[in-house]
Amino acid sequence: MKLRHLALVAALAVGAAHAATTARAQDKSIVVASTTSTQDSGLFGHILPLFKAKTGIDVKIISQGTGQAIDTGRRGDADVVFVHAKSQEEKFVADGFGVKRFDVMYNDFVLIGPKTAPAGIKGQDIVAALKAIFAAGSPFVSRGDKSGTHAAELDLWKAAGLDPAAAKPAWYREIGQGMGAALNTAGAMGAYVLADRGTWISFKNKGDLAIAVEGDKRLFNQYGIILVNPAKHPSVKKELGQCFIDWVLSADGQSAIRSYKIEGQQLFFPNAESAELKKAG
Amino acid sequence: MPDSAVIADGLHARAAASTGSLPIRFEGIDFAVGATHILSGVELELHAGGPTVLMGPNGSGKTTLLKLAMGLLTPTAGSITFDGASHAPARARAIMFQKPVMLRRSVAANIAFALEAAGRPSSTSDIRRLLDLAHIAPLAERPARRLSGGEQQRLALARALAREPQVLFLDEPTASLDPSSTKLVEEIISQVSASGVKIVMSTHDLGQARRLAHEIVFMAGGRVVEHEPAASFFNQPATEEARRFLAGELVV
Amino acid sequence: MDGVGALDLILSGDRTLFAIVRLSLLVTLSATLLAAVVGMPLGATVALTRFPGRDAAIVMLNGLMGLPPVVVGLLVFLALSRSGPLGSPGILFTPTAMIIAQAVLIAPIIAALTRQLVEDLWAEYRDELTAMEVGPLARVKTLLWDARFSLVTIGLAGFGRAAAEVGAVMIVGGNIDGFTRVMTTTIALETSKGNLALAIGLGLVLITLIMAVNAIAWGVRQWAERHAG
Repeated sequence: MKLRHLALVAALAVGAAHAATTARAQDKSIVVASTTSTQDSGLFGHILPLFKAKTGIDVKIISQGTGQAIDTGRRGDADVVFVHAKSQEEKFVADGFGVKRFDVMYNDFVLIGPKTAPAGIKGQDIVAALKAIFAAGSPFVSRGDKSGTHAAELDLWKAAGLDPAAAKPAWYREIGQGMGAALNTAGAMGAYVLADRGTWISFKNKGDLAIAVEGDKRLFNQYGIILVNPAKHPSVKKELGQCFIDWVLSADGQSAIRSYKIEGQQLFFPNAESAELKKAG
Repeated sequence: MPDSAVIADGLHARAAASTGSLPIRFEGIDFAVGATHILSGVELELHAGGPTVLMGPNGSGKTTLLKLAMGLLTPTAGSITFDGASHAPARARAIMFQKPVMLRRSVAANIAFALEAAGRPSSTSDIRRLLDLAHIAPLAERPARRLSGGEQQRLALARALAREPQVLFLDEPTASLDPSSTKLVEEIISQVSASGVKIVMSTHDLGQARRLAHEIVFMAGGRVVEHEPAASFFNQPATEEARRFLAGELVV
Repeated sequence: MDGVGALDLILSGDRTLFAIVRLSLLVTLSATLLAAVVGMPLGATVALTRFPGRDAAIVMLNGLMGLPPVVVGLLVFLALSRSGPLGSPGILFTPTAMIIAQAVLIAPIIAALTRQLVEDLWAEYRDELTAMEVGPLARVKTLLWDARFSLVTIGLAGFGRAAAEVGAVMIVGGNIDGFTRVMTTTIALETSKGNLALAIGLGLVLITLIMAVNAIAWGVRQWAERHAG
């Protein structure tokens, strides 16, 4: 009899917990799989309240690496994917998992390194900088997590005609973690690391790290947004998801992104191809 | 103190009306653990009537015999029958161990548990009756594990009686009790016996055996050495072992 | 935010922090309750029954006490994903999924410890309960009830493990701000944002909470043991 009571209590507790926490979910909410860079930089904390105020829709952000975020969309566990690795995004759409991809905004990557500049790098040329790091064997932290930043880093090594990810020299350290963790690690071991500018500006534990290379047009970092295909996953909240995408691409959404600043620095630059925006711009 | 005759009446009515577990017959009983023989070739018949008291030195097999009769152990060889059947009727037997285990709950809840285990609704009046019988009514709400040794023994007795058994086995019921507790327990035993419940008990207390026993089963070295009416056992023990035991000499 | 900021946040009873603490307790206490309801009878049943392969089952149960949270998280994630076998109710990335994952994580701990406890208690009770002709199911109930004070400690072991883990809730909850963000995932997030002082501050809050739950359980146990033991 005691056990039956306990079972009842447990069922009630779980039920209550479920009800208490999903009541809001049943209102109006969508799940957006996005990247650590957009989340950790605080962008969503800035724009989502504006979106909610306008539409009443709760946006639940799962922040993952781009590769994992796209996989979350592929499994049907998110309604919208908001990431930064164009080739992976296009493949996602081509495979039929996404409806259509839209450019949203960009920022740029920066090469971060110790202020002491062990590889003697300073300037604009990212390819030359990577060659110098390779030649000197300076410690380099790679995300190694199939994120957008990781993909960009591998592309840059390729442009330099080098492939440390295959050779795995001791100075090249793949940590398999998010942007913040990579910066913490680089700071602790005096290593170079490729970071998106947004996360770098908002990062609080800079220590002895500083920007070593910036401004190269090859460091351009484009973000895209995609509605997960309801034809593949009927559970996708098509209308609400589309509503979010429309807002992000609208003049309102774009100016919300533009207005997000940390210490006076703008982190993301909207570049959606909306007629409205062109008019406004 | 409640009128014990009235209390015992309930027990008496059932015990007298029921049949099916007596006589208990032990035929060719061996009990061994590994190479150690604890009982060998025990032949014994226990009939309805006054208390049967098992006596004998430590290690003579009294506790084992009680546990076999209760069905807690299975003989290595031989058979035990209850009124000719190989199984006693359900709930016909009860036992009180030398060191009874108190359930971790109140005194009243211990009795309620025994009543429910015996398939009977634990009515307040039944619990009350058993508490009174064991003289532990004022302790009803106390945690059972906090009782004194004598109180625990009486609670165990009440729990056993909750089963309304035809046969009650008692393994050294007063072994570690002070004289006044011993007296109380003996009174309860006499009362229960008078109500028609067959008592089979072991004891090392010669005085107790003289006071309670209708017949004596004397055991030594895993065998039944004597089975006599109490009076003749104490006055004229038939065997040398029994004589020496009664004289307080070492019996091996 | 610096260390002073973390302290401010904690002392000022920040509402976001309060919501995170509340969710952490809700998730972990529910998971502990769920795991106890499954694990305790299971452990007691294994303790009281003899069946072929029992030794192997016990070794496995004991081994599962070391289940890695991320593996549990991944398995629950795969099961609850829209593409998984239990995907249709859509509970991935909800607190319910987190409760399930933590319950899966700690049920073996509770079952294994209960098995040992009940087996020891059974050795003490066997003759008495057999003599009272207590049936198999009632034995399980009786032993669990009589072991209740020690079971509280076992529940706390499970609670501590669930409260401390981050791997499973991160994967199945998604660390969604204001919805599935709990103490441990917040600490992981703030660490990755470089807010080490805030992360430490939150860590101290978490440790304090775990201590408080243990203190309450201890007090209840002391009181109950004095009055009903």
